[in-house]
Amino acid sequence: MTRVQLSRRHFVASSAAALGGFSLGFHVPFHAKAAADAAPAGIPEINAWVVIHPDETVVVRVARSEMGQGTLTGLAQLVAEELECDWGNVTTEYPTPGQNIARDRVWGSFSTGGSRGIRDSHDYVRRGGAVAREMLIAAAAAEWGVPAAECQVDKGVISHPGSGRTTTYGKVAQAATTMSPPAEVQLKDPKDWKIAGQPLPRLDTRDKLTGKQVYGADLVMPSMVNAAIKACPYFGGRIASFDAQAVTGMPGVQRVIQVDDTAVAVVAATWWQARTALDALPITWDEGPNRDVSSASIQVMLEEGLDAPDAFIGTEAGDARAALAGATRTVSAVYAFPYQNHATMEPMNATAVWTPERCEVWVPTQNGESSLAVAAEAAELPVGQCEVHKIHLGGGFGRRGNFQDYVRQVVRIARELPGTPVKLLWTREEDMLHGAYHPTTRCKLTASLGPDGQVDALHMRISGQSILASVRPEGMVGGKDPVVFQGLTADNPEGSFGYTVPNLLIDHAMRNPPVPPGFWRGVNLNQNAIYVECFIDELAHAAGIEPLAFRRRLMANHPRHLAVLEAAANGIGWSEPPPAGRHRGLAQIMGFGSYVAAAAEVSVTGGQLRIHRIVAATDPGHVVNPAQVERQVEGSFVYGLSAALFGECTVSGGRMEQENFDSYQVMLMDSMPAVETIIMPSGGFWGGVGEPTIAVAAPAVLNAIFAATGKRIRTLPLKNHDLA
Amino acid sequence: MVRLTINGATRDVDVDPETPLLWVLREQLGMTGTKYGCGVALCGACTVHVDGVATRSCVLPVSALTPEQAIVTIEGLSPDGSHPVQQAWLELDVPQCGYCQPGMIMAAAGLLAGNPNPTDDDISAEITNICRCGTYNRVRAAIKLAAADSDATQNG
Ligand code: FES
Ligand code: FES
Repeated sequence: MTRVQLSRRHFVASSAAALGGFSLGFHVPFHAKAAADAAPAGIPEINAWVVIHPDETVVVRVARSEMGQGTLTGLAQLVAEELECDWGNVTTEYPTPGQNIARDRVWGSFSTGGSRGIRDSHDYVRRGGAVAREMLIAAAAAEWGVPAAECQVDKGVISHPGSGRTTTYGKVAQAATTMSPPAEVQLKDPKDWKIAGQPLPRLDTRDKLTGKQVYGADLVMPSMVNAAIKACPYFGGRIASFDAQAVTGMPGVQRVIQVDDTAVAVVAATWWQARTALDALPITWDEGPNRDVSSASIQVMLEEGLDAPDAFIGTEAGDARAALAGATRTVSAVYAFPYQNHATMEPMNATAVWTPERCEVWVPTQNGESSLAVAAEAAELPVGQCEVHKIHLGGGFGRRGNFQDYVRQVVRIARELPGTPVKLLWTREEDMLHGAYHPTTRCKLTASLGPDGQVDALHMRISGQSILASVRPEGMVGGKDPVVFQGLTADNPEGSFGYTVPNLLIDHAMRNPPVPPGFWRGVNLNQNAIYVECFIDELAHAAGIEPLAFRRRLMANHPRHLAVLEAAANGIGWSEPPPAGRHRGLAQIMGFGSYVAAAAEVSVTGGQLRIHRIVAATDPGHVVNPAQVERQVEGSFVYGLSAALFGECTVSGGRMEQENFDSYQVMLMDSMPAVETIIMPSGGFWGGVGEPTIAVAAPAVLNAIFAATGKRIRTLPLKNHDLA
Repeated sequence: MVRLTINGATRDVDVDPETPLLWVLREQLGMTGTKYGCGVALCGACTVHVDGVATRSCVLPVSALTPEQAIVTIEGLSPDGSHPVQQAWLELDVPQCGYCQPGMIMAAAGLLAGNPNPTDDDISAEITNICRCGTYNRVRAAIKLAAADSDATQNG
């Protein structure tokens, strides 16, 4: 192979050319310092959020990552709303993490997870739009010599009614850059929104229909080489040895490179050659200390925690233990939720070029700043000498946020090939074996049940894995992982428990198997909703009370929780009997700041489950794009129901058993129910929409299955159960 | 050297003939619209048409193809995104992350070519592509819309 040493400037320019219309980040000058000064030469940057071209094109800068959830469109709507520009002129671009650092983090957080894209940044992005608008108006007013207060703006056209003069944003943009930003701006009342709040089509659809959209896996750069990798599949294991000689003569193969002490990569001219050689490469693994860990051993570990004396308390009222000890009637059940893989359709990948002075990475990432930090560490260079260019993600779901293992790997490989761009793409098998898995937990619930169905006491003991303990220990509070209690804490704006039980104890026996856990779309709300909502259904059945009426009695103090539940129930026609052969179930929870509920209608014929319909109600406070909210709700059900029906990663011999979609089945079109989405924003707060509704799909379906069959499914996935 | 007919053009490719069509498209020919998702014919991200039939290209070595066979990829489905399936997809704003969508569109176009008015059951049976973002209901609606639009075109 000829390895061309590109000059840096040439490298950036030719990469942009190679990528055709893909402009994000590539027009940025190489040095962060220069980038800090301005937008592309000659194009006026009004402020960090808004760039306006002379042809009236409005470029809105978006710091959060687009991974399918529509945040790019939603955030642009919020900026455009305050900017008062013509929506038809709006395009978007990502600033880079390096620019963010160089400009004192003017764009705030790049982190895209926890359904936070809109709800955490709506205020400052709207302010960004409003400030830019005022500066543009001020520029026109100064040119005309009239008070700015006498000017108006509509769709990017500024006018001064007194004199009849008009101009446009494109014409005054250059002058506006010299105006001082107003100290105060008044944000619009959402009632007056014209662009935000509308069901606008996404800005990024067209290229996704023709194959033009460039994902990380698609990047091509001049003189780029391709890498395929295998990391030790045994948790805590490492490489014992590999025989590079065995593959050195294979077509296209250039290098066999050990990456840290855990992985080995083959670098070749094409990825197919790299992968073919990697499959032929003899590798011996040192299986490490977890050879005896299996799903069965993890189950034993978690079951012990269900009755262990010590546990972290998440929510407590009254004295649940005493009340249960004295109760005349108690009901108890144990539930379990298995490991899940994110299984984004685009496998993990990243592209890097490294020189002794500089490292650049192109990566689909949910957190460009994490990518940058990991790149700098792996490059052994100061952060200021590194840069990350974000690329649209072929799915994220939490896998591409905190975990930047692929960035570390590609930079370590690129270090061995200075000046040569290296693209690392994981196989699906690698992706399945090296997940950041949805943690496994079990839950024992015990409640007292009074003669009229009152629930005087409830103890909910969760036993199992903490995500924070492994991923973000600085988020732990006195050894406790607060995220374990998602949707179960009293008075938490992020997700409060929707039932009033006078004697309530929800606690967590932390049991951490040696399997790397991660944030998986919906996180702990997924299983917590199943535990609570299926158990409430069990209590209703035990009390002989219809499940909606039973819940109402416990929800008098939780009107917003109840409102979405009633809406979902109404939507499915709860007060009328279902069509013959069909059966219904309900669920509600609060999470990621939003109130959500679902009502499912199923039939079970000869053991065959069919989910016919789900009606979902969601109250996220405010809605920026109802069309995108609908898509998120539908999509969330696929994710949640995939897990409930099929999803399960099992451990044997200290490693995952599933390596592809044959053994890790996911939901296909044939199991998809009709989804009706009710969006009922009640105002006064901002909740997320990408995740919360996932959690209610499974319990609503499980409760409907009980109604259909009398079978209580307490361990998932459903494929392991006989419904006949 | 392998000779292939792709999107109407003859392409001579210097490649190991055992290389799957997917990787020849992506790496030798620079046509990256066709995606890699699983490599073992389970997800449909790599779907192309071979003589009009939706085919998973990740398990199809180019040695199994003849120069006479017409291969169509997402880049060649229409010159400008105007195929009725692409139009229906645009109208219903189907994609989320979009990674599975070229394969979905090719599978849908293949289905409609052989079955212009598919029933729900036909769609469920024929479209077995994986979408992790969960676009299934909009994919179904867009297939029906494309079918209705083609009907209208043919009748009109
Ligand atoms: S990549 Fe071919 S079917 Fe998945
Ligand atoms: S749109 Fe993301 S996988 Fe289908």
